[in-house]
Amino acid sequence: MKKFINDPAAVVREALAGVAAAHPDLRVDIEQQIVVRADAPVAGKVGVLSGGGSGHEPLHGGFVGLGMLDAAVPGEVFTSPVPDQILAATQAVNAGAGVVHIVKNYTGDVMNFQMAAELAGDEGIEVQTVLVDDDVAVEDSTWTAGRRGTGATVIVEKVAGALAETGASAAAVAAAGSRVNEQSASFAVALTACTTPAAGKPGFELPDDEIEVGVGIHGEPGRRREKLRPAREIAAMTVEAILGAKPLSAGSEAIVLVNGLGGTPLIELYLLYGEVAALLDKAGVRVARNLVGNYVTSLDMAGMSVTVCRADPEILRLWDAPVRTPALRWGV
Amino acid sequence: MDVALARSWIIEVSAAVTEQADYLTQLDSAIGDADHGVNLKRGFTAAVAALEGADPKTVGDVLVKTGTTLVSKVGGAAGPLYGTAFRAIGKALPADSSTVDAAELGAALRAGLAAVQKLGAAVPGDKTIVDAYGPAVAAFEKAADDGLTAAARAAADAAAEGMRATTELHARKGRASYLGPRSVGHQDPGATSTWLIFQALADVTS
Repeated sequence: MKKFINDPAAVVREALAGVAAAHPDLRVDIEQQIVVRADAPVAGKVGVLSGGGSGHEPLHGGFVGLGMLDAAVPGEVFTSPVPDQILAATQAVNAGAGVVHIVKNYTGDVMNFQMAAELAGDEGIEVQTVLVDDDVAVEDSTWTAGRRGTGATVIVEKVAGALAETGASAAAVAAAGSRVNEQSASFAVALTACTTPAAGKPGFELPDDEIEVGVGIHGEPGRRREKLRPAREIAAMTVEAILGAKPLSAGSEAIVLVNGLGGTPLIELYLLYGEVAALLDKAGVRVARNLVGNYVTSLDMAGMSVTVCRADPEILRLWDAPVRTPALRWGV
Repeated sequence: MDVALARSWIIEVSAAVTEQADYLTQLDSAIGDADHGVNLKRGFTAAVAALEGADPKTVGDVLVKTGTTLVSKVGGAAGPLYGTAFRAIGKALPADSSTVDAAELGAALRAGLAAVQKLGAAVPGDKTIVDAYGPAVAAFEKAADDGLTAAARAAADAAAEGMRATTELHARKGRASYLGPRSVGHQDPGATSTWLIFQALADVTS
């Protein structure tokens, strides 16, 4: 393992010290591992909070700021945060109007956020939860913990955060987030495994001429293994899986995210975006907005995910609303 | 079991998960996210430290304190599940006595299993903690009349058997479930750490 670290056990804390140094717009509690926008709690505004394991940067700390998240709660690498931490962040962003938790559908995240929501409820803080489960690679949800939450999380956080900024109620903010989730589908392919600092070696071995299809964002193997093919064919398989699971009628508009998993250069992501956009165009889907880059990563995994969100005028308006965070910034 | 023995159990679990951390992480990297060993090591190390700074009066106090520390230090699925288990075991024990007998501990272990199943919504055969914990409790209860030592030994053996049987199962809960049929052929890390916990109980009571 070659990584820029001091001590595998201190990676998250030391990274947070760097975040604090880099971003004076954020308030970082390094001991409790909480990232809060410096002006929180904002009077009269619903607090929007997300979190999950570390290793997915810029998710979630990179999306804290005006127009998006009020707080992020990073756990240890690939490990959800604990209830105490989530409760402390919930208290920090509660201005009396309630708090919305955006939770990716992984067993540990769901349990810890649920426990924290109950603790916050005991203190009289209204908590609404948006569960993100956009990953259509998981087909038979009856026999799993349900679909995973992956790339759509960024769109859910952006839209919910923008609506919260307008003074909407916690229930309305949560409903908007859930609507984005329901209208989104993601699918991911990996070229290599990633290496967690604690494990010190890649999570799985993948021969040079093979790919993992249907991976999540935690370095675990995917749904199946296939021979490496040209990017055009991989893009076609990905778009087919997405449109097969969440059909978009011809003429519909979409927000499209071509996301790197951490170890794939932008030249390949843009190449893929070109393929994906052409395929969607052929299917009659108009790409209204797009993002290309590393937004929801899996440490140093080489790979990509594609997310397509069916966008109505309200979602597009909230997507376009001003945002000022370390990793997403426009309109301000 | 008295307070000192309960403390010894947690210290023994901490030593076992620390020693086996790499092994647990290796099992977890096959079908999960390669953090089970390091997470449990962090949690039980913190639990031992919390007990050192506390003055528990009953066995139940020791186990509730252990569970609360696990919830607040571990995260992931293991924190809530093991934390809730120890809290439920501790709360089910008599609050007015500093010692508990095998039958009382057996009933409390059963309460811990129920709490885990309620929180995780897992049933036997899902390839989880439950596949080791369930047989262990049944064996403990069956042998309880023969005393704590015999019951703990029977439970550890049953947990080991349940753990080994998870290898052939198709995961239906937790992160391994996302692999579908590819989870078959790998021993479940949660069932393995559950076995370590019962093995530690057998070791300190023998």
